[in-house]
Order: sequence, then structure tokens, then C-alpha cells
Amino acid sequence: MSIYIDEKTRVCVQGITGRDGGFHARGMLDYGTNVVAGVTPGKGGQSVEDVPVFDTVREAVEKTGADASIVFVPARFAADAVVEAGEAGIELVVAITEGVPTLDAARMYARLHETGTRLVGPNCPGLISPGKCKLGIMPGPIHERGPIGVVSRSGTLTYEVVDGLRRHGLGQSTVIGIGGDPIIGTNFIDTLEAFARDPETEGIVLIGEIGGTDEEEAAAWIERELDKPVVSFIAGRTAPPGKRMGHAGAIIAGGKGTAEEKMEALKAAGVPVAERPSEIPELLSGSLRG
Amino acid sequence: MKIHEYQAKEILSRYEVPMPPFEVVDSPSQARAFAERTGAPIIVKAQVHVGGRGKAGGVKFAADPDEAERSAADILGMDIKGLTVGKVIVYEAVDIADEIYIGVVIDRASKRPVFMVSSAGGVDIEEVASATPEKIHRHPVDPQDGLSREEAAALGGAVDPRPDVARRIGDVIFKLWTAFNESDASLAEINPLVVTPDGDVSAVDAKMLIDDNALFRHEDIAAMRDPSLETDETRRAREAGLSYVKLDGTVGCLVNGAGLAMTTMDVIKHFGGEPANFLDIGGSSTPEKVVTALDIISSDPGVKAILINIFGGITRCDDVARGLIEAFERRPLDLGVVVRLTGTNEEEARELLSEHDLVTAATMDDAVQKVVEMAGRAA
Repeated sequence: MSIYIDEKTRVCVQGITGRDGGFHARGMLDYGTNVVAGVTPGKGGQSVEDVPVFDTVREAVEKTGADASIVFVPARFAADAVVEAGEAGIELVVAITEGVPTLDAARMYARLHETGTRLVGPNCPGLISPGKCKLGIMPGPIHERGPIGVVSRSGTLTYEVVDGLRRHGLGQSTVIGIGGDPIIGTNFIDTLEAFARDPETEGIVLIGEIGGTDEEEAAAWIERELDKPVVSFIAGRTAPPGKRMGHAGAIIAGGKGTAEEKMEALKAAGVPVAERPSEIPELLSGSLRG
Repeated sequence: MKIHEYQAKEILSRYEVPMPPFEVVDSPSQARAFAERTGAPIIVKAQVHVGGRGKAGGVKFAADPDEAERSAADILGMDIKGLTVGKVIVYEAVDIADEIYIGVVIDRASKRPVFMVSSAGGVDIEEVASATPEKIHRHPVDPQDGLSREEAAALGGAVDPRPDVARRIGDVIFKLWTAFNESDASLAEINPLVVTPDGDVSAVDAKMLIDDNALFRHEDIAAMRDPSLETDETRRAREAGLSYVKLDGTVGCLVNGAGLAMTTMDVIKHFGGEPANFLDIGGSSTPEKVVTALDIISSDPGVKAILINIFGGITRCDDVARGLIEAFERRPLDLGVVVRLTGTNEEEARELLSEHDLVTAATMDDAVQKVVEMAGRAA
């Protein structure tokens, strides 16, 4: 089944006439995603990669039945674009953009909560249900369909882990990058709940990093609610306190949010934690067998 | 981005937060002159980006102009936790009847700003939170609606039972919220907000942290950046669109992606090496960016070897390899380098690199072990 997206998802690309939007629209089309519309205000009537472009998301939804959107819009305008999609009836919005101001993210999350829209990101690579739909910027070829759900705060680290899974014959149901910012629309527990309900997902890999308390909250939830095996890796054991490590949300603040704390919380909840990414496939196979 | 107390006070003054008039000075005679003009005792405080200024002797009460001059002379040039004091703020001392804490911060878990007020002001709020949490009133703020005047008034009432004082506190709370919201802060606090014996309120200290992602829409605040916050290398990296954090080790690393970069540091440590830095080159590894990154990493004399760890993803590895070769031609290095490239066309990429005498590895573990050994031999 996979989570959030499948072969029926109809995708609108906001910012399709820009360089990144056009490039990744092509990438999604090549993967087999149903990219049915693009939106760039003022460019309605054009087409990019044979995809019709509309001025507004509302028009795109009316004319094409788009139900998911991916936003390639610069940071200063990204929140407006996300809210526009939510208000136009889009069910799932993926915000790729890095650099969205935190208060914008808080406001757009609150608005999309009102419109009943799932937000993924911002500052994320998107998600992919291998063999069905790619709604993101990840490289298709390293993914293959299978029983493992992957949820991660990272981009290339996720690809590293997925590549390792593939080399060990562990295919993926859905791989979702939830993003590296302090306020994101979909967090670990949201995703684990969806994986729990998905018949196709038998095991889960959770990739975290320093900053915030999402991994600790996930650990508590896993212990209470989740039967499926989870294996984890947490990046940033060697990160110094008080410094932002690339991602806006990757910072040990006031002594809190260290990798060690997260690893301890997960282990206490019965989740094996890998010392390095290459250990994940074997830990996972062990958990699936046992 | 951190800003100094005096800069936070400048911002809050624009929102008419009541506070003692202040100046920022960098000489003892200016402190003296301020004390003379004020004609009353003043406070002299170091303006440096570290906490614990008081305990370090960086905050002094000066009863008269002589003491003001001496205090400023003591504090200016003082080393506080590795930073040299270049400026002090001076302001008239306020009579204190009560000290209140008011602050607003982004709460990641609830995805909203949260306002906190406490009658236990004038001390470290983290200590209050752990020892007597019941003394802190927390109030989540709807990000779309913001804090209303009614909510602000209610919060004022929560920390002082006297209606007129509560009203004044509530007024400052509303102004602090407005400043936080309009400045794109991630933290704004006044600790202490002093209540005088007459029942007036005055912001004696102020702190604000500004969201780096929002600086593009606050040129005036961006201009408040203190050069001492960054080294030359960190500034250069920031201006080139790279993320760089210097550490103390011997193995430099250049990686595409923050999570992968942190992991690379972790795996270096795992295999017995010491990472020298964090560097995320971001999505596009053009030759220019690689040259800048290599320059920054190799400017650290402690670096003995460098690992380039790139997961190609959509970017073709042979393109990345050509970019690296060009970078090394422009900036030949005397240091050992190991290159790990994974992704589309990775075999071609490794062949290209070996033709140029660069050591390559197919997996991250293999690459890290090679570079740790190289760094060990070079030491």
C-alpha cells in the first residue's frame, strides 16, 4: 500500500517554470509520477515538459483533479504558496524549499491544520513510494519496492541508508524525508502511525539527528503503540553544543537535543540503534527475523 | 543570530518598551560622562556574546562618575570566557521592588511560540523551570492570530495581583510579543522586568535571538551582526553558501548534505580519527564551491588529510569528479585526500579520479578508514 502517496496520486508542481521546478518535474515524470499540472502565477497557459501550467492552484485542481502538490518556490514566497495549495483543496503539500522563516512555517502549519491538509517539510527532499510515485527530488534508481518504511530528517543521509538497504535486498514501501527545520509539518510519530496502519510496511528505519525532542517522543510512542520492528540511526554524536550543523533544526540548545539522549531514549524503548549507517541492514534483518 | 543586549534594547525601544535610557560606550571617559549627565548611580555591563557576565565581574553598579569610570576601565578589555569586552552598556540604576521574567520562545514540539512569565525574575529561568516550575506561567500563542491584548493583560495579572501594575506588565508583554513577531525572533526575553517601589515597570535587561532564515527581510537587524561571532573562515563559508563549523581534529571533511556531513564526522570518530570540521557543500558542488571549501578546510593547520564524501543522488558522479579535478588543479593541496563518490556513473568517476592520482573509495566506511590512516601517518 505505502503511505501518503501511491500510483493514483495526481501531482501539481508549484514553481514548475523555475529551474528547480522544471528539472524535478522532469525527474518525477521520468519516474512515472502522475504530474498533471504546474502552477506559476502569470504563466498560465504555458506548458513545461508537456505539463499544463496554471496561474493558481485552485485552477489546477479544478481543471486536472490534482490532489498533491510539491513546492519549488524561493523561501520568501514559499509559505504563501503552501497556504494557497491548502486553501485550494490539495490534500498533501510537500515543501522542498530550504530557508523558510520559522514563524512563516508556524503560520503555514497552523493554516494547513485548519484546511485539513498534510504538510511535509519544509526543507525536505520529499517522499517516494517505490514503483508507484515519486513526490520529491531523490534519485529514483537507488529505491526499490519492498517492506521497509524509512523516515528521516535528512536528504543525502537518507539516500545513503536507502542505498544500503537496497544492496541487502531490503526494498522500501515509502521513504519520507520530513525535513531539517525546527518546525515541520509531519513529524516522526505522524509517519510511524501511518507505517503502523500500512499492510505493506513490515519494518521501519528511523533516521534522526541532533536538535529538538522528536526522536524522544517517537521512542515513547513506539514503546506504547508500535508492534512493527524499528531500527534507528542518529547523526551528530560528534556535534559540538550550541552550533547549528547545517540544518536549521540541528542544534544542541541549552544542553538539550544531543544525539546521545536520543539514542538512549530509543534503546530504552527497545529500538536497536546503529553506530553507523552500514550497520542498519543487518540490525533490521535481525529485528524482522526475531 | 545573536544580538547584544543594547541591540535588543534598541529594537524594544522602537516598540516603546519602558526602560532606563542607555548608551553604548567603548571608553571609561564616556562612561564617566554618561554618569555625570545622568546625575544618579548607573549600571555598567559588558556587551559580549556569552552568558554569566555577572559572575565574571562584567556587571557593575557605579554610585558616582568616578566609580563609573573605574568600572568601565575594569570591564573594557576584560576576557570573559574567551571573548574580549569591546563595548559596555551604561544605564541609570533602577530601584527594584520586584523582578519579573517575561519571555517568548519558539516551541518546536507544539510548533508555536510560547509565552512564559514568572514572578521569579532576575535569576536564571532554566533554574526556576527545574526547581520551581509552578512559578512559571506558560501560554501558547496562536501563530496566525498572535497574542491579543486580553491575553497579555491576563498574563500580567498572573504575576502581580495589583491591577495597575498588572496592567503595566501586560502592556510590556504585548509589546514584547509584537517585537518578537515583527522581528522574526526565535527568542525575546526581558529578565528582569523590574517593578519599582512606585509600581512602574522598567526593562533592565533584554535578550533577543533572531531567526537566521528571516534575516533577508530585516536588513537593519542583519546589519547588527557582530563580527566577533564568526571567524574569517565561517564568514567566508556563509557568504559562499556553505555551512562550516570548525572542530579540533586532524581529518577534514567535505560532504553534500548536513545529515550526511554530521554522520561523516561520527564515522571518522568511530574509526579512531578526530574530525577537524563540519562542512556541508549543499546541493550543487561546482568547482568554485569546492575550491572555496578546500581553502577553508586546509586553512586550519591541524588538518592532516581530507575526506570528500559525496552521495551523487541526481547529480552525476562523473560531473562531480570533473569538478573536483578542476578544483585540485586550481588549488593543489599538500594534504592527503580520499574521495568517495556514490551514485550515477560512479565507476567512471572513480576511474577519472585515479587517473589524476586521487585515492578513491566506494563506501563511506572504506573512505573513512583510508583517510583516518592517512591522517595518522601524516601527523
